[in-house]
Amino acid sequence: MTDTTDSTAQTDNGESMIEIKITDKCTGCEKCIPSCPYGAIEVIDKKAIIKDNCTLCGACVGSCPFKAIELTKKEVKMAGLDKYKGVWVFAEQRNGRIQSVVYELLGKGRKLADQLKVELSAVLLGEKINKEAQELISHGADKVYLVDHEKLKDFRDDSYADVLVDLVSEYKPEIILAGATSIGRSLIPKVATRLETGLTADCTGLDIDKEKNILLQTRPAFGGNIMATIICPNHRPQMATVRHKVMKEAPFDENRKGGEIIRIEVDPKRIPLRTEVIKMVERMEETVLLEEADIIVSGGRGLGAPENFKIIEELAKTLGGAVGASRATVDAGWIPYAHQVGQTGKTVCPKIYIACGISGQIQHLAGMQSSDIIVVINKDPEAPIFNVATYGIVGDLFEVMPALIKKFKEVLGR
Amino acid sequence: MEYFLTEEQVMIRDLARKIAEEKIAPKAQELDEKGEFPWEIIKVLAQSDLFRVFLPEEYGGLGGGVFELCLVTEELSRACSGVAVSYAASALGAFPILLYGTEEQKKKYLSDIASGKKLTAFAITEPEAGSDAGAIQTTAVKDGDHYVLNGTKCFITNGGEAEIYTIIAMTDKKKGARGASALIVEKGTEGFTFGKEEDKMGIRASATRELVFSDCKVPKENLIGKEGGGFIVAMKTFDSSRPGIGAQAVGIAQGALDRAIDYARERVQFGHPISSFQGIQHMLADMATQIEAARALVYAVARMVDKGCKDIARPSAMSKLFASDMAMKVTTDAVQIFGGYGYMKEYPVEKMMRDAKITQIYEGTNQIQRNIIALALIKEAAKRRKKK
Amino acid sequence: MEIIVCIKQVPDTADIKIDPKTNTLIREGVPSIINPFDTYAIEEGVRLKEKYQGKVTVISMGPPQVEDALREAISLGVDEGVLLSDRAFAGADTLATSYTLAEGIKKIGKFDLIICGKQAMDGDTAQVGPGIAEKLNIPHVTYVKKIEEIKDDYVQVERLMEEGYEVIRMPLPALITVVKEINEPRMPSLKGKLKAKNAQIITWSAKDLEAEEDRIGLQGSPTQVIKIFTPQPRGKGETIEGTPPEQAAKLVEKLRETKIV
Repeated sequence: MTDTTDSTAQTDNGESMIEIKITDKCTGCEKCIPSCPYGAIEVIDKKAIIKDNCTLCGACVGSCPFKAIELTKKEVKMAGLDKYKGVWVFAEQRNGRIQSVVYELLGKGRKLADQLKVELSAVLLGEKINKEAQELISHGADKVYLVDHEKLKDFRDDSYADVLVDLVSEYKPEIILAGATSIGRSLIPKVATRLETGLTADCTGLDIDKEKNILLQTRPAFGGNIMATIICPNHRPQMATVRHKVMKEAPFDENRKGGEIIRIEVDPKRIPLRTEVIKMVERMEETVLLEEADIIVSGGRGLGAPENFKIIEELAKTLGGAVGASRATVDAGWIPYAHQVGQTGKTVCPKIYIACGISGQIQHLAGMQSSDIIVVINKDPEAPIFNVATYGIVGDLFEVMPALIKKFKEVLGR
Repeated sequence: MEYFLTEEQVMIRDLARKIAEEKIAPKAQELDEKGEFPWEIIKVLAQSDLFRVFLPEEYGGLGGGVFELCLVTEELSRACSGVAVSYAASALGAFPILLYGTEEQKKKYLSDIASGKKLTAFAITEPEAGSDAGAIQTTAVKDGDHYVLNGTKCFITNGGEAEIYTIIAMTDKKKGARGASALIVEKGTEGFTFGKEEDKMGIRASATRELVFSDCKVPKENLIGKEGGGFIVAMKTFDSSRPGIGAQAVGIAQGALDRAIDYARERVQFGHPISSFQGIQHMLADMATQIEAARALVYAVARMVDKGCKDIARPSAMSKLFASDMAMKVTTDAVQIFGGYGYMKEYPVEKMMRDAKITQIYEGTNQIQRNIIALALIKEAAKRRKKK
Repeated sequence: MEIIVCIKQVPDTADIKIDPKTNTLIREGVPSIINPFDTYAIEEGVRLKEKYQGKVTVISMGPPQVEDALREAISLGVDEGVLLSDRAFAGADTLATSYTLAEGIKKIGKFDLIICGKQAMDGDTAQVGPGIAEKLNIPHVTYVKKIEEIKDDYVQVERLMEEGYEVIRMPLPALITVVKEINEPRMPSLKGKLKAKNAQIITWSAKDLEAEEDRIGLQGSPTQVIKIFTPQPRGKGETIEGTPPEQAAKLVEKLRETKIV
């Protein structure tokens, strides 16, 4: 071991379970250094050293062109791994309406299922939702597992988790996809934990490793500054929540043949309801929801005063978009938190994001930089937000915005 | 520079800095514009125990002194000296009780001051008695168990916002300066009202107001020290508080320098950041050097006060004089470095220049400070001559 | 009321810069902070204690330096800090982390409410809160923006949803994850800092928890990171010149071309 550096996790009896080591194949090329999100690799005397702050995440292993980094882990494959077949999509519904993210998941799910040569199924829980089940077939599902019960009308973590876990245990899908919505990100971790399997949150990319037939799940981390590809090789199902508006919606074909609706009866006694929804309060707003919007117009400190948000609102309304805001304006109390875009607010990826008077702190960029088109209006040409701009306008927003609103109204006839 | 702060002093400074950066700086411009008293921030200071730093532990303090008070005042001033003076003025109002109060008075008032539950204010200035403190007109006439106050105090920092006021009034006009006494008056006492609110050039977040006494009855237990000892109380209070004004000036100047450096690095003219021009570099170097000299003097004097040095009047006056003149110069230079932008309210340095001005005026104008210093010099020289 | 707050120490991403040449994160000198979302959890815990008496315990899993984060929590009004630290915990994904924290909470013993931040700033997974609740077999509500009412046997909260909010009641003990809107965290106090300096941080190893070795750390983690890469930087955009009306007209034309508008 004289020529290897290692970081080892040991049990109390001293037996080494996992270790990461750098073998003498290392040439000190430093290619591994940027791969480590924790800055735990250093090259000293032409040799990579793993420091104590290594978390054994394994990100460096694939970065080494000489295969000098070895992360060994006792491979424990779950029993009956091969029995798990098929791709499932959790068909989230609210008030009986299928959420659009579900169609995006069906679009991606179809591709994954075809690559794996397996069926694509949707799981739909709710009450009186036959028609919606048919919708799922029209969007590409081969099967729909339909659980129709009054106790499942509205989402509850407990009841939905119990039903879903039972279904998974019975039908054994190899992949489960759900939307990374407030419901998906509450329910799915609960289900994955009970199934003792892996879950990757908020994925923006999904693919199949053709050799191993496993799911490659890619997601942003550190506020979108790095991307990580994650696998779940030895446990099933492989579970992922997927960010809204990243995948393409499945095409709708009313006459699609071959779909099958499988009705599942549940014992109502098996549906626990520990949580009770007292009431649902809908937000009353003229503009569209941030997460749903194709166009977002966002305002920052450059607006100068809270009342100037009306300029932002006007353009958003003209374009049928939503109103976003920087953290600074929310912290100053100019606009409610629900509008905040960025790391401590919402992560959005609309088709067009118009940033007005926002300097572009990294916290803000993390929440919007994956938008398709970014328009920046700022008087400071040095503002960091221009680095992510598709179209940049250096100018006074109080001159540019009114001109823009006028022009849009003109061409859109509004 | 290394000032060898204790672990606790570092903790105090860092917390004050954190609050200044996170809670005060983002609001400074708005506070200046509106001239509103920063109650929200005062509550944060209170909850963070910053009002405790200069008071003894037996009254709910943390056992520090003027030095700790200066550390906090300096840090707050870097962000907004209007907030800083509201904080420091509460200490000013507390000093008479701390220095000359009875055990009962200390018990009654200091713990609420320490917790920040109540602010205090000190009142000596009158329309006709500014630098000439001997011309005070407000009277406190003894009547049985009470003193009856009549008169008007003006330019009182924390006026209207504070709960506890320590005031100087004449108990015996015939005796002149020896006829003045210090008294505690609580807000809400009958006959005690607030007059004109001042609209100021700088430190606009702070409250500056008239106090009006008309047949205001105050229990005789509220007398601080002896009857006729009012001027001693006032002078000793200023001896303790003047380094605080020095610290305020150092903080304002440091805040201006910080911003000037940032700006000089960003601002490009003739194809280069202006920080690459030697003219600007020398200005920055001079500013930093002057600030450090003032800070060293302020810290040294604050430590002298806390160690109980006698004859503190001269060094105390020097710390206030030097630091405030320095702050005026440094903030003026900061505006100069910002150029045209510096003159605009959109940028932070013109506020600092306005804020700096008051430090040359209040708690004794710098002319009065020079009098005090010169007087001490001459007296000392006379003493030496006598000994020979 | 016994409250447990789960926190994570994360690199301060506000300080992270991207090296424009190598397109990688510059992590030199990036300070570690309490995950910003967890500061709301701490504040809510301390407010509940101030209102209903009781005790707030903060728990975290991580390397020894996480002790700093626990001390900071104490300076903000928390009573006690528990650190789960063991080399064997390293490499944990959300499942192994949920298990480990749940075991730590079981060892603490009695609790009425567990509060977590909605997600960690570095991982952004938002999975550990619900995971802990599942491991402890207690109900949970995510994205809580307000605690409306808390009684001996239940808690009623407002949960932020995309289109509004829900008012939910659930029996105690329970777990909530909170969003920024719930409160404004206080500044630390000097007394709190002095207390934190001298506080005894309880540290438990895998052995102390009697944790099953194939459920902790990398070994207990079904997921594996196989690749980390920096996203392609967006190409330098196009600057639209001209007078404001000209700029507006050009932009409108460009956006019209996309057919989105």
